[in-house]
Amino acid sequence: MPRDDGIGASVRRKEDFRFVTGRGTYTDDINRYGQTYAAFARSPYAHARIDGIDTAAAQAVAGVVAVFTGDDLAAAGVNGLPCGWQIHSKNGEPMAEPGHPPLAQGKARYVGDAVAVVIAETRAAAKAGAEALEIAYTPLAAVASIRAAKAAGAAVFDDIPSNNCYDWELGDRADIDAAIAAAPQTVTLSLVNNRLVPNAMEPRSAIGDYDTATGEHTLFTTSQNPHVIRLLMGAFVLGIPEHKLRVVAPDVGGGFGSKIFHYAEEAVVTWAAAKIRRPVKWTSDRSEAFLTDAHGRDHETTVTLAMDNDGKFLALKVITDANMGAYLSTFAPCVPTYLYATLLAGQYTTPKIFAGVNAWFTNTCPVDAYRGAGRPEATYVVERIVEEAARHLNIDPAELRRRNFISPDAFPYQTPVALEYDSGNYAGTLALATKAIDYDGFKARQAASKAAGKLRGIGFSAYIEACGIAPSAVVGSLGARAGLYESGAVRVHPTGSVTFYTGSHSHGQGHETTFAQVIAERLGVSVENVDVVHGDTSKVQFGMGTYGSRSLAVGGSALSKALDKVEAKAKKIAAHLMEASDADVEFKDGVFTVAGTDKSVAFGDVALTAYVPHNFPHDELEPGLEEQAFYDPKNFTYPAGCHICEVEIDPDTGVIEIANFVAADDFGNIVNPMIVEGQVHGGIAQGVGQALMEGCVYGEDGQLVTGSYMDYCLPRADNLPNFKVSTQVTPCPHNPLGVKGCGEAGAIAAPAAVMNAVTDALRSVGVTKPIDMPATPSKVWAALNGA
Amino acid sequence: MATVSMTINGKQVTGDVEGRTLLVDFLREDQRLTGTHVGCDTSQCGACTVHVDGKAVKSCTMLALQADGAAVTTIEGLADGDVLHPMQEAFREHHGLQCGFCTPGMIMSATALAARNAAPTEADVRHHLEGNLCRCTGYHNIVKAVMAGARAMQA
Ligand code: FES
Ligand code: FES
Repeated sequence: MPRDDGIGASVRRKEDFRFVTGRGTYTDDINRYGQTYAAFARSPYAHARIDGIDTAAAQAVAGVVAVFTGDDLAAAGVNGLPCGWQIHSKNGEPMAEPGHPPLAQGKARYVGDAVAVVIAETRAAAKAGAEALEIAYTPLAAVASIRAAKAAGAAVFDDIPSNNCYDWELGDRADIDAAIAAAPQTVTLSLVNNRLVPNAMEPRSAIGDYDTATGEHTLFTTSQNPHVIRLLMGAFVLGIPEHKLRVVAPDVGGGFGSKIFHYAEEAVVTWAAAKIRRPVKWTSDRSEAFLTDAHGRDHETTVTLAMDNDGKFLALKVITDANMGAYLSTFAPCVPTYLYATLLAGQYTTPKIFAGVNAWFTNTCPVDAYRGAGRPEATYVVERIVEEAARHLNIDPAELRRRNFISPDAFPYQTPVALEYDSGNYAGTLALATKAIDYDGFKARQAASKAAGKLRGIGFSAYIEACGIAPSAVVGSLGARAGLYESGAVRVHPTGSVTFYTGSHSHGQGHETTFAQVIAERLGVSVENVDVVHGDTSKVQFGMGTYGSRSLAVGGSALSKALDKVEAKAKKIAAHLMEASDADVEFKDGVFTVAGTDKSVAFGDVALTAYVPHNFPHDELEPGLEEQAFYDPKNFTYPAGCHICEVEIDPDTGVIEIANFVAADDFGNIVNPMIVEGQVHGGIAQGVGQALMEGCVYGEDGQLVTGSYMDYCLPRADNLPNFKVSTQVTPCPHNPLGVKGCGEAGAIAAPAAVMNAVTDALRSVGVTKPIDMPATPSKVWAALNGA
Repeated sequence: MATVSMTINGKQVTGDVEGRTLLVDFLREDQRLTGTHVGCDTSQCGACTVHVDGKAVKSCTMLALQADGAAVTTIEGLADGDVLHPMQEAFREHHGLQCGFCTPGMIMSATALAARNAAPTEADVRHHLEGNLCRCTGYHNIVKAVMAGARAMQA
């Protein structure tokens, strides 16, 4: 009989009691004794020389405690913010890697670039102080877009006149060009992957504290990976050894990638707290968040797909320009390269693929990983061009995909773009999705819409992602400056309850429940008797945090390994208690038995014995029951699936309604179906947002036009439909839980499905004019009216 | 500085505030009721929603002094000890939250809807929640939770 709180059960979340009662502890909820408040003076110009900063007036504001500028930090030996990934250009040269001082020195390079910090007794006084600073700027020509960067009329960095960060490629360009030239059929599209602002609902916040007695620094911060912040900030920016630096990321209100990165404010409050010997707190307001939280996407791409006359894919060529913004954020360089080009095979057997990617500096907020990171961009390119090919050849889009799918018996499957897919059944998820949306009934629904004066379209997105990030050896060889394993420690207490310490970090994913279920299943203790601790470097030995749908695939695997060790030791203790050989001890449902006898001992008794070791064979066994494991994945995991969107457009207004959205995903084994569904819903909402509503716009002068919820259209409850989600299971063959990861699928799949549906609807009335995301009513109306 | 008095979650409180102090700051900073969140600076996210004299109000749009003499209920005042309010229970039961940051505002807004519409439809809920942003859930489960919570509040 399966447990009702084990693997596969939709256990209600352990964390929810504190959240629904308002008792969560987010960083801004924390206050330290004697705390001061920081406010940053930020550049109002996209590009400007800083001619001088007069701090006198700010110092004179009542309540101001201290003012620091970039020069003060430099004089104190504070270094720039490091980049965690190095890409090499096709000529072998390392990428251009300009310095990124926490407070600008000499020049400000985007609107919002921090120029100085004012620390005061109250938040209001700090803000008044920041406003009173007299900063003399000489505005310089701004490079506000990829186009401007390529024109090289102005340079973001004087020593990088081309504005080019790297010119990278994957595949044999000449070979693919030849294959395309020889192919009977080709289709080409130019696509823009619109720039997005992540918009976790909790704004970033950071509190620095310094213990004068011990010399220990503490940083409370809104981070998805506190150990990574400790490493980057301690080792590279401030020069604080790990044992004197504690980073705590308590309850975090959403991240979606934007809270992976090490931000300037974290370093500044940590440094300043030690300098002034008082805690320093900073909390972003939403306007600052729009200006300074690392943005996502921002690609311009031309893609060509070559086929034979039956629609068999022969070659794919992708040329992409990617915007890096003004500085290299922590993982920015890998997003448009190894997280993007390596996914361009999609679910298909395309034998020849070439990707050429140029990354550009601009005077805009840095761009980095946002939910999906590179994989949504790849899926968008592949699935838009495949749909285009279906229309070009007049083959049903489902049928064209089936003709080109990697077949379920072809795994492991080596793609031409470096990855080895481990498992999957792409025709299976396509079939699930077409059934869920009643694909056969579409023509009738389209006719009904037409009769009602509306345009109906349907669009597919058969996506794949590489998750479970990542095998350290692989990413190390590709330029990662870190390993990407995970750690976990299982502490069994004397009465049999369990605390699990994980290097994964939950900022909405429900780890406290999911990990507890894995433990409940394995040890036979109830989830109520398991607590999961994360987000504090003083409690968890090490960890790489949560992003890239890695928590269960990598962190859960570390847990699984630690549980192996716990079970092995517990068996020895049980063997001692039952006077048997540990080889004969079996463990099931929380009870140890000796094969072929009626002897048994419960897990709780073994736990107690571990800590009350009377008569213990101390030569063979240590007291205690606690085990730790690190897990470094053997391969990425490859969640995949098929999302189908059906839209109805009102041609009079251009308003698009999502009539139907179905998702059929393969995440391997699933621990908590309720949580997985929630992750898919949230991802789809962000993907639909990208397709129809969200777009981050900078003016030519580099001013952020979409800097608030009045200008940036975040999806609201009445913009979205319900989603029909379902799953198929092909277990991951190379991790102990057989899991693949589910956090990003929706955001990866949805944009292409929605845009394929929109373009399908427009084509139903002969409109083939390309339309880019976000497909707002005005763009759709303009396309329909030839405007 | 001026003195302000109000009832918060059934308890009479008095504090000294500046004229410009927002109700949300009074709740979070003076009263240390940090369940009410701040998600924006343009009064659009709804994370700060509380009840003032029974009406759902974005506490970032109101000065503390304007609440002088009022009865304020925050998310901390909804449960009966450890027994959750039916709307809180519905959010938990239907997985209507992920990171939890929007949740207090969602629940306070939802209870206000349920008080005047005992059986809201999906469309009613989606329309009512226009002023509450959630970036995690895609609203799907929030809508389910609010419909179920509203029904449970009648029981
Ligand atoms: S904080 Fe009040 S509406 Fe956003
Ligand atoms: S649950 Fe995270 S913003 Fe709604």
